[in-house]
Amino acid sequence: MAFDRVARRRWKSHLFAGLTLLCVVAALIPLTSIVWTAFDRGAPALSVGFFTQPLPAPCGSAQTHCSYGGVGPYIEGTLVLIALSSLIAIPIGVLIGIYLSEYGRRGIGRVISFFTDVLTGVPSIVVGIFVYTLTLDYILKTGGNPENVYSALSGATALAIIMLPIVARTTEEALRAVPDSVREAALALGIPKHRTTLRIVLTAALPAVLTGALLGVMRVGGEAAPLLFTAFNNPLGYTGVTQPAGALPTMIYNLYQTPYANWQADAWASALVLVLIMVILSVASQIVFTRVRRRISGGQ
Amino acid sequence: MGIAPNVGMNPFPGEDAGVPAGPPPHSPVPQLEATPRRERIGRWFNSIFRLLVTVLGFGILALAALFIIVLAQGAWPSLLKFGPNFLSTSTWDPVHSIFGVVPFVIGTLLTSAIALLIAVPVSLGVAIFLTEQSPTWLSGPLGLVVQLLAAVPSVVYGFWGFIVLVPYMRLSVEPGLQGSVGKVPGLGGVFGGTPVGTDILTSSVILAIMIIPTISSVCRDSLLAVPRHQREAALSLGATKWETTNFAVLRYASSGIIGAIILGLGRALGETMAVTMTIGNADVIPKSLFSQGQTIASLIANEFTSAGPGSIYQGAIIEAALVLFAITILVNVIARLLVGRVLRVEGGS
Repeated sequence: MAFDRVARRRWKSHLFAGLTLLCVVAALIPLTSIVWTAFDRGAPALSVGFFTQPLPAPCGSAQTHCSYGGVGPYIEGTLVLIALSSLIAIPIGVLIGIYLSEYGRRGIGRVISFFTDVLTGVPSIVVGIFVYTLTLDYILKTGGNPENVYSALSGATALAIIMLPIVARTTEEALRAVPDSVREAALALGIPKHRTTLRIVLTAALPAVLTGALLGVMRVGGEAAPLLFTAFNNPLGYTGVTQPAGALPTMIYNLYQTPYANWQADAWASALVLVLIMVILSVASQIVFTRVRRRISGGQ
Repeated sequence: MGIAPNVGMNPFPGEDAGVPAGPPPHSPVPQLEATPRRERIGRWFNSIFRLLVTVLGFGILALAALFIIVLAQGAWPSLLKFGPNFLSTSTWDPVHSIFGVVPFVIGTLLTSAIALLIAVPVSLGVAIFLTEQSPTWLSGPLGLVVQLLAAVPSVVYGFWGFIVLVPYMRLSVEPGLQGSVGKVPGLGGVFGGTPVGTDILTSSVILAIMIIPTISSVCRDSLLAVPRHQREAALSLGATKWETTNFAVLRYASSGIIGAIILGLGRALGETMAVTMTIGNADVIPKSLFSQGQTIASLIANEFTSAGPGSIYQGAIIEAALVLFAITILVNVIARLLVGRVLRVEGGS
């Protein structure tokens, strides 16, 4: 009797172990399917020209020969938008992280740190609307033409607002991981606080800070929603900060229902390229991050 | 500050350390006149830097406030015309300029709720497997692979959802559900209508896939924060592995798990592209799981560019964005409070 009970409990334990394994498998099915589909449907379009050529002429099902062309301008636009937004968000985000870790560890600094966390949860489409409304307001006040509301600059601003809290919080965490003894040693040598912070604490935490910047770039690199009403779209890619700009994610959105086979293939190939870039960045950042964390905690 | 530094110990030789450089007696003497000035400049830099980072830090609060001000300003035409009725009207009619946000609030909450129903058990299973079941050599790489789900851009999920998932749902899953669960008395309405594929259920499934990495990684952190002795105590009492997990680990980590779930909810509520591409985009209250619908986020993505600048239509969409902003901020505040408590527990033990 008692033996039966033990056997049943043991069996139940194995059952739940099996169920958790099943959950892992279930979670990985979509990823496999996405990569497979993107590869299967995008492969015909992948060639050297894919990264440089503009979109080809649409190709109907009646035509026998289709050119695949490429998405060169959209890749260019994506890179410029990421560079511009990083230029805005990374310096400001790092400085905010410095404030949170070095100057605002108590009182209002805690509140700001909390709100920074909360701001990472603002939907990206709301950020897009926010920047659009801000831009339109500015244009109307300066007597400009409301038609010019879409620009690379406002797209980059929207992406920067999404990046900013991520960079700030990871910088804060990275700096906090530097032991206080380092700061005390520097201050004891008579080095002023700003110099201690910038030259010693920040230098020690630099790999982790860079990981944070990378996380920020990853977060915005695949974003389409905040660009819909800010950078809008531009088949020529990037043509100036005050002009609309095209990007890979918005291009995929614009083409996802297209009936043209070669455009579909280009969209899938773009999806594959985007996923591969994100996966590489993600793996790199996580490996660096664990190594840094191990080094910091091991050094204490 | 008053003590003369040893030049040899200066970590930045040749640079201004901002210290009164009272020269050591037998070294090359720096300009005596220059030292106080260099010190003054050093102090000046110090306070300028403190001021700069403090102002930028407070800029975060200003940014949060600016969000509300700018969105309210953009929504002004609609706020003036509809007032509180905007929150209780279930008609969305751009032709007659009647706007109410109810269908989209329902669409948003419904898709997020179904997504949680699917994602929470799976994420918990993943987190338990990674922390309690898997051998150590496997848990690291496997955790990394699950995190890759978070690296796939939303628009790619939408594209995949539209091309692969929608036909699968229309042809297999939805007729199957209708034929089995839909036959249960009382549930017929929930699974009613013609399965079209682009509907509430499909977008909920997409959302579930997208929030699994969020929920499972925060759950995993909470489970890892449970002290070893909790597990050892249960095992020494003769508990099986599952009983240990259930009684000693999950209960202990419960507030972190709830925080993780709410964090996932926050992400699902604001998710745009993938939902827009799979939900069918109908501005009505969904009647069943197989109805086409609209979330606030997909409404904005679909209709914003067709509304003229400054019109009531555009104002109404911006007001909907304001509602979404308020909901997600509220959800995130709750989640951060819960997750923050877990981290404090972790730090204290």
